[in-house]
Order: sequence, then C-alpha cells, then structure tokens
Amino acid sequence: MPESLALGQPSGIQHHASWVRISHWTVTISLITLAFSGFVILMAHPRLYWGEVGNGLTPALLELPISRNHQHSGWDPPRPFFSDAAGPVTANRTYRIFNQNGWARSLHFLAAWCLLLPGAGYLLTGIFVGHFRTHIWPKRKELAPQRVWRDVVDHVRLRIPPASSGPHYGVLQKCVYSLVVFVAAPLMLISGLTMAPAVTASIPSLLHLFGGYQSARTIHFFTFVALLLFVFVHVGMVIKSGFRRQIRAMTVGE
Amino acid sequence: MKPTKLITRRRAIITGLAAAGGLVVTRDWKHLPPTYGNLLRIGDNLTYAAIRALPKPSLVKEYSRADISSFPAINTTDPGTIAGSTLGDAYRRLRGGAFAEWRLSVEGRVATPRTFSLDELKHLSSRTQITRHVCEEGWSAIAEWTGTPLRLVLEGAGILPTARFVLFYSYDDWFESIDMLDALHPQTILAYNMNGRDLPIPHGAPARLRVETQLGQKSIKYLQRIVVTDEFYDGGEKGSIQNGWAWYMGI
Repeated sequence: MPESLALGQPSGIQHHASWVRISHWTVTISLITLAFSGFVILMAHPRLYWGEVGNGLTPALLELPISRNHQHSGWDPPRPFFSDAAGPVTANRTYRIFNQNGWARSLHFLAAWCLLLPGAGYLLTGIFVGHFRTHIWPKRKELAPQRVWRDVVDHVRLRIPPASSGPHYGVLQKCVYSLVVFVAAPLMLISGLTMAPAVTASIPSLLHLFGGYQSARTIHFFTFVALLLFVFVHVGMVIKSGFRRQIRAMTVGE
Repeated sequence: MKPTKLITRRRAIITGLAAAGGLVVTRDWKHLPPTYGNLLRIGDNLTYAAIRALPKPSLVKEYSRADISSFPAINTTDPGTIAGSTLGDAYRRLRGGAFAEWRLSVEGRVATPRTFSLDELKHLSSRTQITRHVCEEGWSAIAEWTGTPLRLVLEGAGILPTARFVLFYSYDDWFESIDMLDALHPQTILAYNMNGRDLPIPHGAPARLRVETQLGQKSIKYLQRIVVTDEFYDGGEKGSIQNGWAWYMGI
C-alpha cells in the first residue's frame, strides 16, 4: 500500500474494507440490543453501589428513577440479625417489583455473544492486516500538543471536514476509536463477567481487580454511559460530515 | 438456465452457523437443557457450555464476620400464609411444631430413598461459610450460613453413578434444579442456620439450599423434597425454562 494512502490523503481512493463494514454493522446491532436489554435489567434494581454489597436495606451510591421500583417503600419493619440494633438487619419486601430479567438477561447474553465472536474476529483481522497500526492508533507526531489542540478547537467550533469515504481519521477521532476498542469494550466484558458467581469462582482475581461485585456492576454501568456518549457524538459527526456519503462508505463501500 | 454458484455467501454463512450450533448442541446434547427451538434458550446453552469449559472451578470467595450485611427477604416470606394450598397448610402445621415433624425426602436415582429430619441433618458434619448472595435482580448481601453439604445427603441416600441432576421442591411450591458439578460442590449446602441462629422463616426455615456458584434464585428456600435424576427435567410449569428464564444461573 503506498504510504500516501496509508497516511490517509482525503483525495485517496481507499475505502472501508468489507470486513470493517461487516464488523461495524454487526457491532451496531449487538450494541443496540445490549443497551436495550441492559437497561431493562437495570430497571429491576435501579440502584448502584460500591464494594461487594448493596441492596434495598443499604444506602446506594446512585438511584436512577427509571422504573416503578425506584425508591419504593414496600418493606416490613426491619429486624436486626444480632443483639446490636444498629448492625445488619433483615426485612420482608412486600412490594411486587417490576422484573423482566428472564428474557432481558438471556437477550443480553445472546447479544454479548453476537458482539464477542465478530468482535474477536475484528480485533484479530485488524491486528493481522495492520488496520489499527495504519488507521486507528494515533501516530507520535499526530499527538504533538499543537496538533491535538487544533483538532479540539475545530471540533468545539464544529468545523468538521467533509467525509472522505474511507479510514482517514483525525487525531481526536483516532484517540476515541482506540479508547472504545482497547479500553471500553474490554472493560465492559470483564466487568460483566465479574458479576457471574461461576466465573469469579474460577477466576477470583476479577473481584480483586474491581474491588467487589457491586463495584464491577457500577463500572459496567458507567462504561455503558461513556459508550452511549460516544455513539451520540459519533452519529452527530457522521451527520455533520455528510450523512449520505458516510452511510454509503460504510455500507456499499464507495 | 442461470448458472448457479456452488458456494454462495449466504449458504456459507448458514452452513457456518449450523455447524457452530451443532458443536454446541452435540457437545453433550443429551444432558443439555431443552431449548424448544427458542433462540434465547440456545444462547443460554452456549453460555452454560462456555462457563463449564472454564479452567479449574474453585471455591467462591468467603468473607469475615465483619462483612455480614443487611439482607432482604423477598418473594415468599412465609409459605404458611399461602391460602388454599396443600403445601402451605402442611408448612403451617410444621411451623406450629417448631419443625420437629419436618422430613426432607431424598428420592429418585438413589440406592435407598429416605427422609432426613432436621436433627438427622444436623448430626451429619456441617459446614459454615460466609458468602455473598447475588440476587438476579442486581442486589447483593453477605451472610453466614451453616448447613449440611448436599454431597453428604446424596451419599447418605446412596446416589447412583448415572445421576446427573438434582431437583428441589419447596413448600412455597417452587422448583429448581442443578447439575451434579454444582450439587457436589463443597460450598453447596442445605443451610439450617443463618448468622449464628436458626434459619429465620423469611429466609427459608427450616432448611434452604445454598448454591454459591449461581445466582440467588437457585438457592431455593423451604426445602420439601430432593429428587436425583439421570436426565434433565425442566420442572414443567413450575420450572424456569417454561416461565421464560434461563435454567443455568452461573451465569
């Protein structure tokens, strides 16, 4: 591949490779399904905590008003387990909660498999053909402070260059794509796995890594929020830089 | 006549998917839960097979007494209050007699089907563990449990070598089942004691199952009957699969 194309001249004829386009839309469908089913799962217990423990009888880090389960008061009076009345308590829940986790969690895992298998294929192909090295991973000279600053200013002022129909990315774009592929996606996977008791029985270090089951659940949620933010900005940039051309480039590859 | 390609892209994809599905299904098809052709259940079986392929299943993390936390009691908090239920009536009578008449039946693929009274369970060696309960809803709690390892109960009834699954029936008319790997796990116990006291009624008195390697809903309360089987049984209308839930909750 000529160096001028690899470096991404806007006039270059290079288009998105077919494996990139297939991966892009597989990931899109999986992500939408994961976000939807994950939200439904969160609705069953819309409270987030830190550490190993968190439930309706302990204080929450954050309570999300996303279902009728939010701050419901359906509890019998609490009774202490031990002689210390200020210690741990138990209480019967009398409230019939919203819970659609049966299909939602199975759908979540099915979508996770649909992300994991092509995702692994994408990563291996990307490494093998040098896609990440050539197009995604920011180069040292691109990371020069004035170049990064110029790109930031351009984005803030919404001076977005028109679409190039191929993998020719700005430095901020490269940084964000790298963060999504190499940080957010793996973090989603391992924080999700940490919530599975059979997985942590086999790999106990996962619990140490996150500092507990509830911490992993909270990190899983905030990484999802970060990814959601990325999707909004990404779609915004696609619209701003020429929606029709970008969609053609990522579907038929022209 | 139009020339036809021997291998079209569509056919390649379909064949690939069928082969991948076939791998999952034929790996141990006879002993995997039924999917009834449901895509979600096929995914569940893939997850189950993947978790069972993990290296070295070990003990779950155990905690110190200082970690014991508040612990909600949800769903049934007293089977004796269930109106018009034979099981509920039976539970009310047992509760009135401080569970002295309670008998846990162990039957199915065992050499000598038998029952265990609470005292008989307590006379077998016990295990005490402080573990984290993870509810499928998303909350968690830590408690200390003392009980009889399920392995000792199954061996006490002479479990047959062909046995693969253990089914549990409860006084609140609930059903759960686990595979033999979880049934023989050292931390799978029939708990009669919680946080140093008799198991409270809202938490499943007189004895409940603790399956620490799965989500909390597998740890069925108010034990009534244990059945050992060679084949997978979905539990019928009471079972998780026919109610739209995954069977394996490892998860």
